[in-house]
Amino acid sequence: MLKRIVYSVLILCSVVVIFSGCGGKKTDKKSIQIKGSDTIVNLVQRLAETHMQENPDVSIAVTGGGSGTGIASLINGQTDIANCSRPMREGEIEQAKSGGNAPLEIVIGMDGLALIVQRDSQINSLTLDQTGKIFRGEIENWREVGGKDLAISLYGRQSNSGTFEYFRDRVLKGDYSPEMKRMNGNAQIVEAVRREAAAIGYVGVGYVADQEGRVLSGIKILSLAADSQSEPVNPLDSEKVKQGIYPLTRPLFQYLSEKPEGALLDFIKFELSPRGQNLIKKEGFYPVTDEYKQSNSRVLGE
Amino acid sequence: MRNLRRIKEGLLKQFFFLNGILAILVLAGIFLLLLSQGILAFKEISLFEFLTSARWSPDSVVRPTYGILSMVVSTLMVTAIALILAVPLGIGCASYISQLASPRVKEIAKPVIEMLAAVPSVVIGFMGIVLVAPFLTKIFGISSGLNALNGAILLGIMSLPTIISISEDAITSVPSEYKEASLALGASRWDTLVKVTIPSASSGIIASIMLGMGRAIGETMTVLMVTGNAPAMPHSLFDSVRTMTATIAIELGEVPFNTTHYYALFAIGLTLFVITFLVNLLSDIILSKGQRS
Repeated sequence: MLKRIVYSVLILCSVVVIFSGCGGKKTDKKSIQIKGSDTIVNLVQRLAETHMQENPDVSIAVTGGGSGTGIASLINGQTDIANCSRPMREGEIEQAKSGGNAPLEIVIGMDGLALIVQRDSQINSLTLDQTGKIFRGEIENWREVGGKDLAISLYGRQSNSGTFEYFRDRVLKGDYSPEMKRMNGNAQIVEAVRREAAAIGYVGVGYVADQEGRVLSGIKILSLAADSQSEPVNPLDSEKVKQGIYPLTRPLFQYLSEKPEGALLDFIKFELSPRGQNLIKKEGFYPVTDEYKQSNSRVLGE
Repeated sequence: MRNLRRIKEGLLKQFFFLNGILAILVLAGIFLLLLSQGILAFKEISLFEFLTSARWSPDSVVRPTYGILSMVVSTLMVTAIALILAVPLGIGCASYISQLASPRVKEIAKPVIEMLAAVPSVVIGFMGIVLVAPFLTKIFGISSGLNALNGAILLGIMSLPTIISISEDAITSVPSEYKEASLALGASRWDTLVKVTIPSASSGIIASIMLGMGRAIGETMTVLMVTGNAPAMPHSLFDSVRTMTATIAIELGEVPFNTTHYYALFAIGLTLFVITFLVNLLSDIILSKGQRS
């Protein structure tokens, strides 16, 4: 009996010690929670790791889940920064305002959305209009756009993805075909397209090409023309993306619930610094354009 | 002193009674919540459209539609194929363990099979993506391995432990006199198994199949990972499908609260609840009937 009491007291003590240890660490470490878009989760993770190496007293946790999930967490106060690959919706801004401040918007970089097919596909470019028809399910065979006689197999993201919405609003202007397979993330789309000759999908350029424009094996990035008159542009052509000529260029957002201070401000400044922007390029995205540089400094009050 | 003891006994009785009905209260609570939220969806959606339309497109920019037929068909299709695969295998395995295996094999095999139930569904889903999907594309020469068949194979595997474990109990509990009588009449071991032992255990076996089916219908993570999640009506085994559970899991995370879409997801949950409830009820009836006879 006595033995059992001694044991249970010992266990209890060790549990208390372990937990208090955790708590103690957390309070003197500055921790930042970041959540949201799967498109930029790897990029922000890399930025956070570099920043943490230089500032050992700061801990940054980056998780994905989709833009919608990130925004919802921001509104509920469960995250400091919401990564978002689309602008915040009216309804979301209203919701955030009713719970406190209007959210602040920072643009950390630009993304070219890439249309990908299997390496051996005969198709090299599409117009925006053709792409819309393909994803709406109006064009169902590759033959209709100059390819083999093969039924098109569509890959896209799930509805909680910012990319899903951006692509729908920018390209489809209608609803996705119900035949489109809804994948959990960019990597799954890449994997599926690599395996399937009839597949087409959309992913962030950063997921299929590195800084030097080397494309993942087995994948081809299609060029895209704004309309049938204009020249097709490939998203690997970073100059054209920077000038906004590539039709699927979009800003990558981070939303904050209040004016950043301390560790949070340091991290955002690091992201926007030349070194941070260089990392962004390395991850296959593009640096912030002048237009957004101005809006950023307005938000940060510089 | 005596009085105190009686009070203590009475309190304990109350305590255990509360524990006993807690599960029932929780079940009733879940049902009421689903009903109260789900029913609000039908302020804007007609029940007829909900049950008979195959187009589920709540985030449509043209006109939101809320038809669950295609996902009900998908769910039932995946479950049915899973059972077609799992039932013969499960009964065969149960018969082997109960009738043929040496005590030592039995001692090892049964816990190991039951451990299969402990593998997290997300791990099984992962296996589906990296193993089953490429395997299916190779065997059938299809373009994508993320389809209904993939989900069915995995669900079959996941319902195996339930089917094996409960069928094995049922087969083992068949009185040995039946078997001995059959063997004494000159029947072979195979004939005895197929014509005497298994039919005598049929109520237990059917109940195990029903429970396995309940497991398969309600499974979410695995099917979400491997079936491709295309919300269209499936035409064949090799089409991508999106089940009811996957739809709820994907959309509930980001749907604005108290909208028609939100209520419609509860209505799907209610439909699923009714289906699994009927399956479980049926298995209970069969099981208790078997015990009485």
